Amino acid sequence: MDDYITMQVARYRPEDEDEPTFEEYEVPCHKEWVVLDGLNYIKDQLDGTLSFRWSCRMGICGSCGMTVNGEPKLTCAAFLTDYAPGPVRLEPMENFPVVRDLVVEMTDFMEKLTTIKPWIVRDEERPLAEGEYRQTPEELSKYKQYSMCINCMLCYAACPVYGLDPEFLGPAAIALAQRYNLDSRDQGSAERLDLLSLHEGIWACTFVGECTKVCPKDVDPAGAIQRYKLDAALTSLKDFLLPWGAR
Amino acid sequence: MGRQVSEPPTYTPFHPRWYRPRISAWWWLKRRSSLAFILREVSSIFVGWFVVFFLLLVAAVGGGEVAYQEFMRWAAIPGIVLLNLISLFFVVFHAVTWFNLAPQAMAVHMRGKRVPGKLIAASNYGAWVVTSLLVAWIILAGSR
Amino acid sequence: MAGRAKVEPFLWLLFSAGGVVAALVIPVLLLLFGLSFPLGWLSPPSHAHMLTVLGHPLSRVTIFVSCTLLLFHWAHRFRFTLYDALQIKHLNELIVLLSYGAVLVGTIAAGVLVWQLP
Repeated sequence: MDDYITMQVARYRPEDEDEPTFEEYEVPCHKEWVVLDGLNYIKDQLDGTLSFRWSCRMGICGSCGMTVNGEPKLTCAAFLTDYAPGPVRLEPMENFPVVRDLVVEMTDFMEKLTTIKPWIVRDEERPLAEGEYRQTPEELSKYKQYSMCINCMLCYAACPVYGLDPEFLGPAAIALAQRYNLDSRDQGSAERLDLLSLHEGIWACTFVGECTKVCPKDVDPAGAIQRYKLDAALTSLKDFLLPWGAR
Repeated sequence: MGRQVSEPPTYTPFHPRWYRPRISAWWWLKRRSSLAFILREVSSIFVGWFVVFFLLLVAAVGGGEVAYQEFMRWAAIPGIVLLNLISLFFVVFHAVTWFNLAPQAMAVHMRGKRVPGKLIAASNYGAWVVTSLLVAWIILAGSR
Repeated sequence: MAGRAKVEPFLWLLFSAGGVVAALVIPVLLLLFGLSFPLGWLSPPSHAHMLTVLGHPLSRVTIFVSCTLLLFHWAHRFRFTLYDALQIKHLNELIVLLSYGAVLVGTIAAGVLVWQLP
């Protein structure tokens, strides 16, 4: 006989109400269940109208981010027993508009990702005949950490600057830009700098550090941003002191 | 988002009313980490106070023996001592958070490997101790 | 979207330098002049000694540069605290004027004072 745990789930039905409400569900607290399993139990057995995003249930697709007891978490990575005896309070991710129940609107995030040119930028493309770009393990290690992002948006949910100013580019986008800037095959740093050095680029970040704390993949976006601030500042200094130098 | 009806359809042109809560003015009280962050930022006010305090000291030293003694008497007023005590806590909080964050903000590579964060933090703390001892020695060398 | 932040990188560099200075020297100086001497834990240095220490050309330059950096550190962090904690970004121009105005005043004061040391 399993224990049960109460899940308090935020519901928002725009056709019926102006503001979210909470509904409580009693969910079996199996030892191996995660919060996502609880949500699927609710949808299968208790209330089929509950809406939420999920996919791989193993922490790689980045779909199931929500606010669990006030903290941004992947619901496939949060064990129900960790919250026993409960209740577990489940809300949509913060700092994003809520579409319905636990589903948030993420178009802003998707657009921001594309604006920083997340691809290898070359001055001149290398012809196929010359073969592949070669990269040593050491060169790979310089950017590998920043390539681990699964676009789960937990860092945006945790970032107070993004919450207060939705124009802010945000942790994941800047970390992704760094992933390419630090890639030995890429020559697009100057192009990305134009976007990242706007007021709503890196300079809006005040190194709160919450983004790194909540990242499920240890990308350390806060570190990426601070390192980029130093690079960008030194580049600006160099341009200022030596304007005649080649860019 | 301000898109017009006549533009090509995108993902969310006609959508049900989104819920967009306003961030409360007290957002930073909701989490311990947010409070710690705001306190860290507020420490800058006490850095500013220190500049004022120190420049008053410099002015007093420049003003002669009497001015210097007057400053020392003023610095002993309970209110000023309390202010400086509070400032000390905040500036130490600033120093500790600053040195702990330093490894995250810098990626130092030596001989192809990244220097471990603890080493960077430790050298910062070491510099802090050395600097403090040096400054104290310079000043205390002239105690009566 | 706002334009390219031309001055922001330099303000950030000054903020960072000021942060390092603040972390390294303020604690010991507050411990001495803010607590130890006023409360009698340690004997304060004589006026003559302070004059010698502060009057040295190296000291004058160090004090002037340090105070400037510390003021820039305060202004930058204070400005962003007002944006984040009080959400008054719409008063941006006023905030910039007051904070960097204060930096200017403080820097001039520091300069005058170290210059005037006998």
